[in-house]
Order: sequence, then C-alpha cells, then structure tokens
Amino acid sequence: MTRRAGLFLTGLTLLALIAPGLAPYDAGESFQNFLHAPPMRPHFDGLSPVVHPVVLADRLEQRFATDRSRTIRMPWVERDPAAPVFLLGADDFGRDVLSRLLFGARASIGLAMVATFGAVLIGALAGAWAGYRGGWVDDVIMRVADFVLVLPVIYVVLVLRAALPLTPLPVSTVFLLVSVIFVLVGWPFVAKGVRAIVAAERSREYVQAAQSLGAGPVRILAVHLLPACGGHLLVQATLLLPAFILAEATLSYIGLGFPDPVASWGTMLAGAGNYNAIARFPWTLAPAVAIFAIVLSTNLLASQPAQNRD
Amino acid sequence: MGRYLLRRLGFAILLVIGVSSAALLLTRIAPGDFAEIQGIDLSADERQELRRSLGLDRSLVSQYLSWLGGAVRFDFGRSLLYSRPVSALVGERALNTAVLAIFALIAATLIGIPLGIYTGTRTGVVRSIVRAISSIGISIPPLIGSLALVFVAARTGWLPVGGMTSSAGTELTWAAWFADLARHVPLPALALAIPLAATLERLQSEAIASASREPFVAASRARGVDRPRSILHHAWPVSLRPVLGLYGVTIGTLFSGSFVVEVVTSWPGLGRLMFDALKARDLFLVAGCAATGAFFLAAGTLVADLLLAYSDPRVRSGEAA
Repeated sequence: MTRRAGLFLTGLTLLALIAPGLAPYDAGESFQNFLHAPPMRPHFDGLSPVVHPVVLADRLEQRFATDRSRTIRMPWVERDPAAPVFLLGADDFGRDVLSRLLFGARASIGLAMVATFGAVLIGALAGAWAGYRGGWVDDVIMRVADFVLVLPVIYVVLVLRAALPLTPLPVSTVFLLVSVIFVLVGWPFVAKGVRAIVAAERSREYVQAAQSLGAGPVRILAVHLLPACGGHLLVQATLLLPAFILAEATLSYIGLGFPDPVASWGTMLAGAGNYNAIARFPWTLAPAVAIFAIVLSTNLLASQPAQNRD
Repeated sequence: MGRYLLRRLGFAILLVIGVSSAALLLTRIAPGDFAEIQGIDLSADERQELRRSLGLDRSLVSQYLSWLGGAVRFDFGRSLLYSRPVSALVGERALNTAVLAIFALIAATLIGIPLGIYTGTRTGVVRSIVRAISSIGISIPPLIGSLALVFVAARTGWLPVGGMTSSAGTELTWAAWFADLARHVPLPALALAIPLAATLERLQSEAIASASREPFVAASRARGVDRPRSILHHAWPVSLRPVLGLYGVTIGTLFSGSFVVEVVTSWPGLGRLMFDALKARDLFLVAGCAATGAFFLAAGTLVADLLLAYSDPRVRSGEAA
C-alpha cells in the first residue's frame, strides 16, 4: 500500500504539473460560434487522427451539424482558429472542455496537494508532540482533534470560508485561504494515528538508547519517531487528497471557491448549469468523471492489502 | 448507565452552545454585514438606520450575550433575511433535511446490509459482481452522484428533478402532496445513499466473514442448525458491533452529503438555509442552523452509541461490558 500510495501521489503531482502543457487551447480561449459544441469523435485518415468539423445549425438552440465532407487535423499538429477541435465538447462560453479539464487539474489537484501537505505536516507535528509529551499537552491536542473530527467537514469549511470576504478575491488569495481552511479541518485525521504510533514507540529500546546517548526530544522525534510514521502519513495523504479535491469542487460549485473564469474542476461543474443544460450538454460534466476516477483509484488502492490478506 | 447518559448529555449541550456561538461570532466578525450586503442601493445614512433598527449596531459582546440569554430559553431571535422567528424557519427546513437523511439511511441499510451478509458468507461470480459494484458505489461522492442522477433523470424523465414538490404555492390534498413528495425524494436520497450503502456492504461483509470463523458458528452447524439460520441467528448478531459503530460516524457524513445534494437538487433543507444565511450575514439564522445541526449530530451519535451498547448482550443484561 505505501509504495503504491507513493507512486499514486507522485503520478498525480506530475499530472497536475504537466497537464496544462498538454492542453490544445488556452483555458480562457472562447470560440463564439461554438457555444456548447458537442464532442467530436476522432478517426484516422491514413496515419493521422482527424475529426469532422461541426457547424452551427441553430444558434438559438445551440444545435450543431457534423460536416462529413471536411476533416481537420488535431490541434496539437495544426491550429485553425476558424475550425477548432473539441474532443470533449465546448462549454457555455465556447471554451474547450478538454483544455479546461487539463488546466483545471492544475488548480484542483494543486490546491489539494498543497492542503494535503499542510495537513500532514501540521498533523504529524501535533500528533508527535502530543504522543511524545503526554500529559495535558496530549489531552488538549487530542480533545481538539476529536472535536474537529465530530463536526461535518463541509459545514466547517463552509462557515470558515463564509467568514472571509464573499466578494471575488484574486486567485492566489483564494488558493491560500482555501488551503489554510482545508489544513484546519484535515490535520486531526493525521494527528490521531501519529500520536498513537509515537506514544507506542516512545518507550521502545531504540528510543531509550537515543535518550541515553543524549539526544534531545527534537532529534528523537525527527530522526527516530517520525520515520516510524512514514507509512501512516503516506496512507493518510492518499486519503486526504481526493477529499480535498472534492471539497474544492463543492466550494467552487456553490461559488465560494475559485472565481469564475479560473479553470478548476469545481468552477467547471458550476458552469455546467441547470437541469436542462446538464441533460442537453452532458460533456460539461467531464470534471465529475475525473473526480470519480481519482476517488475510485484511491479506494482500490486502499482496499488492496485487505484483499491480499485474505 | 445513568452517569454515562448524563456525561453524554453534558457533551451534547456543550456541542450545541459551542458550535452555534462559534458560528454566530464568526459571522459577526466576518467582513461585510447584513445591511451592507442586502442594502447595496442604500445610502450610508439609510444603512446606518437599517443597522439600528435591526440591532446590528450593538457591540459584539452585548449582541452575543442577549442572543445567548434568549437561546437558553429556546428563543433564537428573528431572521434578518426572512423577518421570521429563526426557530420556525429552522424547524421547517430541518424537517426537510431529516426526511432526506432518513430515506437515505433506510435505503442504504436495506441495500448495504443484506448485500454485505451475502458477500461476506458466499463465494462465486455474484459475490465478485456485487463487490465490484460496491467499489464503484463507494467512489461516488454525493456531489458526483447527484449530478449524475440529475443528468439521468432530466434525460429520461423518469423522476422529477429539483425541489421537494413540483407544485409550489398550489393547494394540494394530503394524499396528492404525499405522492408528489414520494416522487421527488428518490433522486436526492439515492445520491446520498449510494456511497453509504457501499460502505455498509464493505463493513458488514468483513464483519460477518470474521464472525463466521468463530467457533460458536461451527458449533451451531455441528448441532444441526442449517446454514442460513446459523449465519443470521449466530454470526450476524455478533458482526453487528462494527456495523453499528459506523452509524455513529454516519450522521456527520449524512449532514455533509445532504448539504451538497440539497444545493444540486434544490432541496429546501437546512444546509441551503444555512448557506443562504451565511451569504447574507444573517447571523441569528446562521447560529440557529448551527445549533440545530449540532443537536442532530449529538442526538445521532448518542442513538448510535445506545444501539451499540444494546447490541452487546453483556450491557443489555446489566453486566459490566
């Protein structure tokens, strides 16, 4: 599990970093004649993949017809602003859903990564301190952790976010504020396990040996005890990451996350619109599929060792 | 048992007061107040007048203390946004959320538990299929599930989408209203129930598999009890402990999930009310919603704990567990 989790997290980080580079168009590039254009199915013309362009059949109803007499090459090879290629369709502003999905991966996964890192760091420090010191420090930290764990996460996030300005904020501010909020609700999940491990390991011989050699608490925690928590930290990070991706999607969906023009999976879902729009243009729900894929892979990852044990 | 209950009650009261106070204070110190957000087109003087008439110009401490004084007598003040008593407003919406949560909980139990018993005690193709489906189900969070269900419903027209009833404002007979409600419940309830049912299936499956390996189950089979009976009457009761433990945690999850589902499907529940109140800086309504939420949370955890204790025969018969 720990090795797979490490690979999974590394893979997602790489995806978030390189995804925008793979996008055929810019996240904000809108094609006015292609509002809600449907996905175009690629096929092969010889060796190069091509698509048939779509033309507007009814502007008011946003209906399109496929022009089978012409083919256009992939946008990575050749870009024609008059005939854009929408492999996953276009959204309500005529922006390429695939490109926004890839740019959105950077915002959504990036935010979740930063928040996960923060939550694991704070949780590890708090849990280690509680487990090592014991006594009232332990009591206070663990009471607070338990209290946060009882509360419904979404509401805590919602109230904390609503306590900040509701007017649109710059993207970097949102990124920072939302990650801080996620860290505040996420650290107890990490701290509880770390505390248990540290409290159990504290009295082991190798720790006593280190103590008798004159090692201070910081050195013992950093060099001897926290490495023992490595597996736990990795597993918790793998569990927190999809939860934070989902939380960003929820916040942005209700309009308290990233501001509108920014491409994130949450703002894209928010832009999918009402019931009629969802029924007619289901490709705008592409980020939902992406989130589902990430949650599913996390769950398969988490259930793997249980199956091996049987 | 009496002392335990008393301690839990004390914790519940602390939770309700703590959570609602925190919500009230946070909303109060948040930038922008009700007069500023609701009265965009008012002049500075008019806004000040509005503040005075609503009592928003008082200091934080006096405002909080007068609210707290009312709250302990179950007077949660008036909503600024709706000009109605908070308790009446919150009561209506909390009922709507409860309807949703209860249907979801029942559906998840009826689907998850039997399937869990099945997959935990059988082998074969059907078991693998059920397990695969539950792997998928557990990965469909309410946000994704409700969007997907909205798409299916809007495409096929099988179920109405949005709201709790389709006849806003018209008078209906009780029977017609109920039938209408019954058509609107399944979609949001299912979105909430899917991941929960899958989680229950997982847990029940593991629990009953380990309970079936206990010697007393083999003993019951040796005495000539047939297999279904030995599973249901001997292994299942023992496996209930971890499963019931999940129900305590579930209340918080249901609440979080129901907020999302309420927003996506326009279900007029507590979550949406609190969201609107937060956006309008309607601090008394925020505090009232938070208090109600905390109350449900504490009550739900308590019921789950009691069920858990009751499922243990040592507790039931008065022995020390």
